[in-house]
Amino acid sequence: MADNGIGASVRRKEDNRFLLGKGNYTDDINVAGQTYAVFVRSPHAHATLDSIDTSAAQAAPGVLAVFTGDDLAADGIGPLICGVTVTSDDGEPHRAPMHPALAQGKVNYVGDHVAVVIAESLAQARDGAELVQVDYGVLPAVTDTATAADGSQQQIHEVAPDNMCFNWPFGDKEAVDAAFDAAHKVSTLDLINNRMVTNPMEPRAALGEYNSGSEEITLHLTTQNPHVHRLVLSAFNQLAPEHKLRVVGPDVGGGFGAKIFVYAEELVVGWACRKVNRPVKWTADRTEAFLADAHGRDHVATAEMAMDENGKFLAMRVNTRANLGAYLSTFGTMVPSYLYAFLLAGQYATPLIYSEVKAVFTNTAPVDASRGAGRPEATFLLERLVDVCAADMGLDPAEIRRRNFIPTDAFPYQTPVVQCYDSGDYHAALEKALSLADYEGFAARAEEARSRGKRRGIGLSSYVEACGIAPSAAVGQLGGGVGLWESAQVRFNPTGNVQVFTGTHSHGQGHETTFAQLVCDQLGVPIENIEVIHGDTAKTQFGMGTYGSRSLAVGGVAIAKACDKLIAKGKKIAAHALEAAEGDIEFADGSFAVAGTDKAMSIGEVAFNAYVPHSYPEGVEPGFDENAFFDPLNFSFPAGTHICEVEVDPDTGVVDIVRYSAVDDFGKLINPMIVEGQVHGGIAHGVGQALLECARYGDDGQLLTASYMDYAMPRADNLPSFDVDYAPTDPPDNPLGVKGCGEAGAIGAPPAVINAIVNALGVKHIDMPATPENVWRAAKSAA
Amino acid sequence: MLSINMTVNGQAVSGEVEERTLLVQFLREQLRLTGTHIGCDTSQCGACVVQVDGNSVKSCTMLAAQADGCEVTTIEGLASNGELHPMQQAFKDNHGLQCGFCTPGMVMSAIDIVKRNGSVVDEATVRKELEGNICRCTGYHNIVKAVQAGAKGMGG
Repeated sequence: MADNGIGASVRRKEDNRFLLGKGNYTDDINVAGQTYAVFVRSPHAHATLDSIDTSAAQAAPGVLAVFTGDDLAADGIGPLICGVTVTSDDGEPHRAPMHPALAQGKVNYVGDHVAVVIAESLAQARDGAELVQVDYGVLPAVTDTATAADGSQQQIHEVAPDNMCFNWPFGDKEAVDAAFDAAHKVSTLDLINNRMVTNPMEPRAALGEYNSGSEEITLHLTTQNPHVHRLVLSAFNQLAPEHKLRVVGPDVGGGFGAKIFVYAEELVVGWACRKVNRPVKWTADRTEAFLADAHGRDHVATAEMAMDENGKFLAMRVNTRANLGAYLSTFGTMVPSYLYAFLLAGQYATPLIYSEVKAVFTNTAPVDASRGAGRPEATFLLERLVDVCAADMGLDPAEIRRRNFIPTDAFPYQTPVVQCYDSGDYHAALEKALSLADYEGFAARAEEARSRGKRRGIGLSSYVEACGIAPSAAVGQLGGGVGLWESAQVRFNPTGNVQVFTGTHSHGQGHETTFAQLVCDQLGVPIENIEVIHGDTAKTQFGMGTYGSRSLAVGGVAIAKACDKLIAKGKKIAAHALEAAEGDIEFADGSFAVAGTDKAMSIGEVAFNAYVPHSYPEGVEPGFDENAFFDPLNFSFPAGTHICEVEVDPDTGVVDIVRYSAVDDFGKLINPMIVEGQVHGGIAHGVGQALLECARYGDDGQLLTASYMDYAMPRADNLPSFDVDYAPTDPPDNPLGVKGCGEAGAIGAPPAVINAIVNALGVKHIDMPATPENVWRAAKSAA
Repeated sequence: MLSINMTVNGQAVSGEVEERTLLVQFLREQLRLTGTHIGCDTSQCGACVVQVDGNSVKSCTMLAAQADGCEVTTIEGLASNGELHPMQQAFKDNHGLQCGFCTPGMVMSAIDIVKRNGSVVDEATVRKELEGNICRCTGYHNIVKAVQAGAKGMGG
């Protein structure tokens, strides 16, 4: 059984259904009497809604109803909310414009929701949507992150003068400025973190059903967090009382953050199914996903580092403008603030850091968490700046990192930006990565490439991230509206098999396997007798879902705690059955044994006794079914060094990644195969940002990259195979000794790739994405 | 409306479709073969790949009416007697899937790659041949390994 326990690369339990075409994604679900919703979306980035005429659409064949913002408002539904408060420098909370699920009076980005058409068939709903006549009064659009709040632009929201959402300074400015004044050397870098569209392969979808007998709404959603959806839809959007709303996240085809948030379409579908008293299904097409999924990143920043004569970092100063889009998405304010500035120390013992973040509104899709969320932005800025520092000081990039790393014996380490890192050995990861990448041999490879007319470059990125989100008290202090514990229930059935209910949600991460391994290891039950169940508020007691690489570090611990309770109860039951004292019962490998004897009973027998308690200890409840909540003591801090080697064709600007080496510290690995897969996917996501992907709006606010014809997703031939290894440490705050691995690659990769290109070309900086055109221009300017 | 007939996964099927109905819509909505997925509207992502008369086709690019009289194989038609097809098995063995959404199209494309390139296929060829299938989860590393292993498995 240990073969399938902790540390084994068990093949995934969930794979067969996906491979056989038997997955059950939201759009795969069809119910009797189902109707279809199509949204009428604004073709303008910024306009008044002067009139909406739905009469022709209402009369179209098959159309059951057409609803607008007035209908939602009349029923008291909405508006959408942002759940995290950031206090601006004037002491006021961030500016929060009204965010109706269907626009009222005004539209604020292309794709904004104007009306919904419900019809008997999808084609009829589409035809009906074409017939909705809307008069728009077009206004100037604001799209540029850098200038949106400089006073030169059209104001978008009444509540947000100069389009400013918040101006959030953090750190001791005077001390930092003084350190800069006294520094031997100051390195400076201006940089952009390019806007991404998250692009899980399954587009968002919703299927709402209303039971007029029980007055319950069931909402199948592409969600990473069914209970969070239920809570927000109920408590803040007035869709239905929590006990009359069931949210199911069935198989979900990737999330990467984009399916955390509560979107307009989900609320409208949930409301409309009750309104028309028929099931209503909506599935985004890909262009709708581009227009109306929350986007990621989109920062413009200036970073400065003050150094002494040895290249030791004395202080860092960062000025950032972050684009939050037209409205605040569910966690939009948190990303460029707490998830960004609190990671600016990186792996370094920089004693003083001052950050100022101006978050701005524009006429673009709302911006929120996307794989890494704030941490990729911080890491790209810092790891690019460190390479500029190295160049300015004439130091090797590896050497400047060594000189500034937090010492291995300094953990737990309190950074100057709130976070206290749990464990780490940054030197070990760096040296292992240098070896894996054959850093020593690079010069010879570069020389050989040059003989072929190519430019080779090598780039390092030493990242740290905060995940395992999050200690509830810390979340509360920071202005978050929720607790970020996780819950689990582990239930033995009388026949000895086990159902594990987790509040996390798997949308590719393999929880059905990893969590079964945990239980197999702890309780000694064969893995084939363990079923992991998630994604349904009617089945799982509670949960906060999956994001921020939290599922194992938080949810896994909740499962282990529930197992602990089963073992404790099992000892009482076994002691009674074996006629021994409870204190003499030992549990190991699925067996309760009387210490020092051969008297024992299996956990399956104990479970049977608990459900058929004919001879049973007094005062012990029947049943063998325990639940647990776990609130983490700290974030967890995965870290590592990634090294990218590129070959650039200076004549075409084409960048070929010839080698990519990653050494990460994720603590203990439960299923190394799955962890490695997470690393691969993360790296590809990061390479996509570095080389290919960028959401671009025209000056008029039209999204120019609204399909896979225009937005370059990484494909198989853009990427190499990856060399992955680990340098684990043991995080003292996590009972399982685990850290989290889902976002690391997306955080570590972008600066590694860009540092390599910069190294190849001999330039100071190149913005992402480093497309052939950008690289060709940079190569020309360097020559 | 048009009446169409075709063979899908060895079974004769018929249906009434609008002229504009795509093959993928017919498969998913009328035949309830929901293993074939729709991931984009521009024939880029490859989640909808099926075989039509032995050729690999993006079923979002073909009208249902165009498949009238054809033999269609979808992801549901690969396994036999409860045994995974060698390519399906290779994806499982090599962790070539995560969320599973692109997987049916990947497996169908992979089988087509092997048909055209034989059972020994190098990494560069696999990567180039997979350009019509997008995966956001795996970084392709394990998909490439799976295709190579599946090719061997199919070669017997």
